[in-house]
Formats: sequence, structure tokens, C-alpha cells
Amino acid sequence: MSSSWETIPALWQWLSTGSNWSGENGAWQRIAEHLVLTSTSLGLACAIALPAAAWLGHIGRGGALAINISNIGRAVPTFAVLVLLTLSPLGEHGDWPTIIALVLFAVPPLLTNAYVGVREVDHDVVEAARGMGMSGWHLLRRVELPLAFPLIMTGIRSAVVQVVATATLAALPGGGGLGRIITAGFRTYDTAQVVAGAALVAMLALAAEGVLVAVSQVFDPARRRTKAERRWRRAGQGPSTYNEAGALPVSERKPV
Amino acid sequence: MTATGCLAANDWICGEYVRSRRYELLDAVVQHVGIAFSSVVLGLVVAFPLALAARRWGAGPVLGLTTVLYTIPSLAMFALLLPVFGISAGIVVTGLVLYSLTVLVRNLIAGFEAVPEEVREAARGMGYGPRQLLLGVELPLLLPALMAGVRIATVSAISLTTVGAIVGYGGLGNLIYSGMENFFKAEVLTASAICVVLAVLADLLLLGLQWLITPWSRHRAGRGKVL
Repeated sequence: MSSSWETIPALWQWLSTGSNWSGENGAWQRIAEHLVLTSTSLGLACAIALPAAAWLGHIGRGGALAINISNIGRAVPTFAVLVLLTLSPLGEHGDWPTIIALVLFAVPPLLTNAYVGVREVDHDVVEAARGMGMSGWHLLRRVELPLAFPLIMTGIRSAVVQVVATATLAALPGGGGLGRIITAGFRTYDTAQVVAGAALVAMLALAAEGVLVAVSQVFDPARRRTKAERRWRRAGQGPSTYNEAGALPVSERKPV
Repeated sequence: MTATGCLAANDWICGEYVRSRRYELLDAVVQHVGIAFSSVVLGLVVAFPLALAARRWGAGPVLGLTTVLYTIPSLAMFALLLPVFGISAGIVVTGLVLYSLTVLVRNLIAGFEAVPEEVREAARGMGYGPRQLLLGVELPLLLPALMAGVRIATVSAISLTTVGAIVGYGGLGNLIYSGMENFFKAEVLTASAICVVLAVLADLLLLGLQWLITPWSRHRAGRGKVL
């Protein structure tokens, strides 16, 4: 392995060599695999978690459950889950161990944030809506979900960051995705390739985060609110998933 | 089935594995705890000055930088640190320190903000200087926020140490990695289970520590809203 000062030109060399990008093991292929894995599992996780969370939040049950799932989840190493699933009978079914692991780790932030978002909608607003004759489905769709939007998006952001990171790790038990560039580099003692793979992963993770911040701003139903209202919300006076210390969302889990 | 039978049959749960490899398991646990513990301690050492700087000059840049670091997947983080440290435990510890900063700095800042201004005024009125105010008044009051951060950072560090297996310094992660390569189910499951137990134990220990060092908060425990 080369020392740190030789790495930067070597990194540039790797990134500017066309053959590293094309072909079956090329970077483009790995990026495509990464995106397919990420979007499939994110879609599945949203389909499972969001309706369940919205309904539970609407009827006001299961809060302790949602939060406990997140807390327990944090103690379980993602790497261990990936390897366990790969060694289980599921391991013979291609990408499924990876996808299931990704879904498992995307569900808690989605569930907790959406649940708390719907649950913590101002009670007076809900009462007013009821007084106007709204009930059940209408109340959820017209009042609770729009007000819970910022928190639901926070959950989706955590889930995406989590999924992009976990998809990297899937390379260790031999799955696809960008992590493969890193693990292949380790195998051949090619520091430049290891660092190039890492740089690509980091850029993809940051890009995903950036896209979601933009998406949540564009689609925020409260976008047309006054500046003062938005400042109030940003200052954390609105519904929040903050823990007892008021510091960190309860669903927070370091993306692997 | 005899005791050695479960090794031959490659069962998930195998007492014989635990008995015959107990020193290997113990070494892995020691390495695991060493890496996770030292990274949280180092994280605290770095987080304090950062939080103080954030309080003085604004939290934006510090929070922004630590949040960006948090987003980088651990495999990539360890790989990016490879040219700096070569293959060593330093890679894993440094990566975990950088991750723990996000939680610790955020919680420290929130803790400082939660100290009521009247309390500061009262302390100043009693003749407290800036250092006495920090150590005697603010620090005890932000302990609950800090401990919440330390708990999250510790549990995350224990879970993430496993990824250090990529450079051979992953504690129990090394066993999970070799178990994966040799298709050795008992090794993978045992190491994973110990990992979860370690994380839960550490969390409980820290909870107990918090109970011990914040005696004043016990009296109003019943009133606090915990979410």
C-alpha cells in the first residue's frame, strides 16, 4: 500500500482511466447497482412503514412500539445482519438478503418520524377540523399528513442515507453496489482504487442527502407560509421527535 | 447429537464452539470494547472544545461539518483514512471519533441552550467567574443532554466497530468476517449476539452512571416527559 502523499495523484489516475468506469465491474455498473438496490428497498420500506405509521399516529396507538424498535435497532450491527441473512437459506436468492437488510434498516426512521409527525399535530387543529365535519380518512389526508410532512421527510432522509450506506456494506458478503470497488481494491492492495471507491460512495451519499433536502423544500405543503412561521418551525417549536435532552431525534441511528 | 456434532453439522447455535474458542472470543471482545470505548472518550475530548467554539462563534459551521461526516458510509470512511494511517486500529478509532462528534457536539450545544438564563444570572450575581460558571453550573445542568448523546454514540460505536473487520481491526466483526468467508454459522451468530449484548450492557451501564451523577434529577423523574 502506498503512503498518503502518493495517493492523490494515484486517485486522480484511477478516476480518469476510462477502463475503470466501463464494463461489468466498472464504476458505472456499480453505481447503477447501487441505485437499483437503494430505490427498490426504499420503495418497499416506504410501502410498509408509511401507511402503518400514518394509521397508528391517526388512532394514537403504538408509540412506545415505534420508539422501541428504533432503540433496539441501533444496537444491532448492520454488518452482522447482512452476513446472517447471507448465510441463511435466503443467501441463495441473489440480491434478496441485501434488499431485506436494507428494508429492515430503513423502516425504523420512516416509522418513528411519520408516527410522531402525525401524532403530534396540534390538538386544537384536529379538533377544529372535526368541528368542520372532517373525520377519519379526510382528517388524515387533509390535515394530519400535510402538517406531519416535515417530519415524514426527515424520516425519508434518514432512511435514504441509511440505505445508501448499507448498500455499500453489502459488498462485504459479496453483494453488488459501489462498495465492491472498495473491497476489490483491498483484495488487490490497490490503495488508489480503495480511496477512489470511497470517494464515489461519499459523493453519492452526500448527493442523495442534497437531493432530498431540495425535494422536501419544493414539496413542503407549508412552503407558502410566512417567514415568521417557518422560523418558528425551524426553531423546533413545531412537532418534533426530539428525545428527553431535546437534542437528537429519537430515530437517529448512525448510517453504517 | 454429541457436543462436537454441532461443529461438524455447522449449526447456528453451538456450545462446543463457544467452549473451544473462548479465548479467541475473549480477545475479540477486548479489542471491540477497546476500540469503541477509546473512540467515544476521544470523541468527548474533541467535542467539548468544538461545542464551546460553536457557542462563541455560532453553531452553523461545526454542525454542518459534523453532519456531512456523519453521512459518509463507514466502509468509505475507513477506506478514505487508509492512506493516512495504513492498516491499523487508528483507522477505525478515527472514523468512529468523527462519527461520534455529530451526536456529542449536537447534544452539548442543546444542553448549553437548555440552561436557563436566570440560572446563569443568579450564578453571576453570586460572583461566579466564567470558568466557575461553566464547571460549577452549566456542566452539571447539561449532563442529562450529554449523557443521552454519549449513550447514542457508544451504542453506535459498538455496532460500527464490526465494519473495522475490513482492515482486520473490527473486534467481533473480525469473527463475523471470517465466519462469513468460511461459511461458519456458529461463529457468525455467536459474535453477532455478543455484539448486541455488549451494546445493551453499555447502554444500561451509562444509564446507571447517569443516575449516579445526577442525583437531583431523580426527585422529579416522575414529572419529566420522556420521548
